Amino acid sequence: MKILVPVKRVPDWQIKLKLLPDGSNIQTDGIKWIINTFDEIAVEEAIRLKEKGLATEIVLVSVGPADVRQRLEYALAMGADSAILVKHDGPADSDLASRVIAEVFRRGSYSMILMGKQAIDSDSSQTAQLVAARLNLPQACFASKVTIENESAIVTREVDGGLETIKIPMPCVVSTDLRLNEPRYAALPNLMKAKKKPFEEITLDALGVSPDVKVSIKKLSLPETRKAGRKVGSVAELVAALQGEAKVL
Amino acid sequence: MAKALIFIQHEQGKVSKGSLVAVSAARQLASAWGCDGLVGVALGAGAKAAATEAAGYGLGTAYFSESPLFEKYRAEPYSRAIALAAREAGASTVLALASSTGKDALPRVAVLLDAAQASDIIGVNGDGSLRRPMYAGNIIADVELAPGTRVVSVRGTAFPPAVKEGSPGAVQELNVSADAELHEQPRFGEILGYEMSKAERPQLSDAEVVVSGGRALGSSDNFEKVIFPLADALGAAVGASRAAVDSGYAPNDWQVGQTGKVVAPKLYIAVGISGAIQHLAGMKDSKVIVAINKDPDAPIFEVADYGLVADLFQVAPELTQAVLGARS
Repeated sequence: MKILVPVKRVPDWQIKLKLLPDGSNIQTDGIKWIINTFDEIAVEEAIRLKEKGLATEIVLVSVGPADVRQRLEYALAMGADSAILVKHDGPADSDLASRVIAEVFRRGSYSMILMGKQAIDSDSSQTAQLVAARLNLPQACFASKVTIENESAIVTREVDGGLETIKIPMPCVVSTDLRLNEPRYAALPNLMKAKKKPFEEITLDALGVSPDVKVSIKKLSLPETRKAGRKVGSVAELVAALQGEAKVL
Repeated sequence: MAKALIFIQHEQGKVSKGSLVAVSAARQLASAWGCDGLVGVALGAGAKAAATEAAGYGLGTAYFSESPLFEKYRAEPYSRAIALAAREAGASTVLALASSTGKDALPRVAVLLDAAQASDIIGVNGDGSLRRPMYAGNIIADVELAPGTRVVSVRGTAFPPAVKEGSPGAVQELNVSADAELHEQPRFGEILGYEMSKAERPQLSDAEVVVSGGRALGSSDNFEKVIFPLADALGAAVGASRAAVDSGYAPNDWQVGQTGKVVAPKLYIAVGISGAIQHLAGMKDSKVIVAINKDPDAPIFEVADYGLVADLFQVAPELTQAVLGARS
């Protein structure tokens, strides 16, 4: 069973983002990049399925500029087998990513696409569902548990109010939620070895995917900041303020 | 001129408050984009009652289907039916609340209708562009969708719920035999079961008061001893920080923040929460924020209207007693 794991490179969530003066984008010069948190969970889950003997091969795919290679090499060092980088320097959206992933899927014989439920930069939570719909495959999004039995995936999903367990036939698309697992760190010797794993670079053009996007960013701005209020000295003072000034009690 | 279609989410026929938020957002979009009226679609058991209720909020037509195909939510049949309703109504815009169901189904609808999608919008600009948070709410983007059909999911705290208006629209059954693929049952998968949290308190996403606990609680027992009584005294929903969830003190569906739920109640009380950016992203639009933390430098105090620097184990029970006293 071959698993395709799409991976997006995003700015590290721990850094404070700054905007370009014209608001067209964030400042990316010299910032630290990471694998999207949820995609890293997907890489880890695929590796665990392989360790259990349920998966045979893990192929990574990413869309982006040439230096995304470093992040893919990190995921290879975690334990993926090979990577495909679809080189693209222009703007991208969930729709473009989904068309790339669908095309890569069609060129292999995959049983599952395992990927993050959302990217922590654009926060759209669309790509996995778009890929599933494009390929007319069943989906199980927001997974907190994944098992495989007789050509089916049994997935526990995080839904509003609790958990749902669904059984879907493979091939299928599964998107990962936070609690699915805790990704391992790639060990230094593995990082060296990862550079020798199969790595394919291909252009959008060669893949036959148009670079058009459906969602364009006109402007980015910082949200209005909330002003700090005041400290109260006691519970009595707090209750008086909530009743008197704030009128919420 | 085309319509705007709202996917009406409901609990056994009762329209959810979040869907009324989507109706309200649809009205703003219809005016910015020049749609000529709103329509809706409700699916599953009780869908007819939900459509009838929703029709009172200014919808021209409310479609419904109670076909067994929709008994339990599954992405494929639901998205196909929403797309079918959009075609039937001649809708160029499709909206839904960005609930777990809305998030799951809408992108599939976008593919079926060859549409552009914006997720989790918080506003509609005069020029027709949409406002939406990115980077965990640290940045707000104005985005433009390509011409043609458009799909939009709506953040539940960003628009006021719609109010009843005009004479109720028509309620019409959706002809589900019009989509042959809707009947390919086995491919859609099978729901094996649910494990829902006990609903003894208000739902986190639409509660007027939320009491959240952080890692400083130290255990799930302390959540029960300290947070629950305060929440119950206030008639509040219980939330938690990601740190508390990761430590196993609270279930994941209580998580408030970028990776959990976004809430905007009238009163938000953060108990023992330091205020990581990812948590602030989930609650900073609350009307009044109270923070209780023993660290005077905790970032939560930078957004709190009222901060109490104290040991939570001492002051939270005191606050519970004071609230009970004030209420009686």
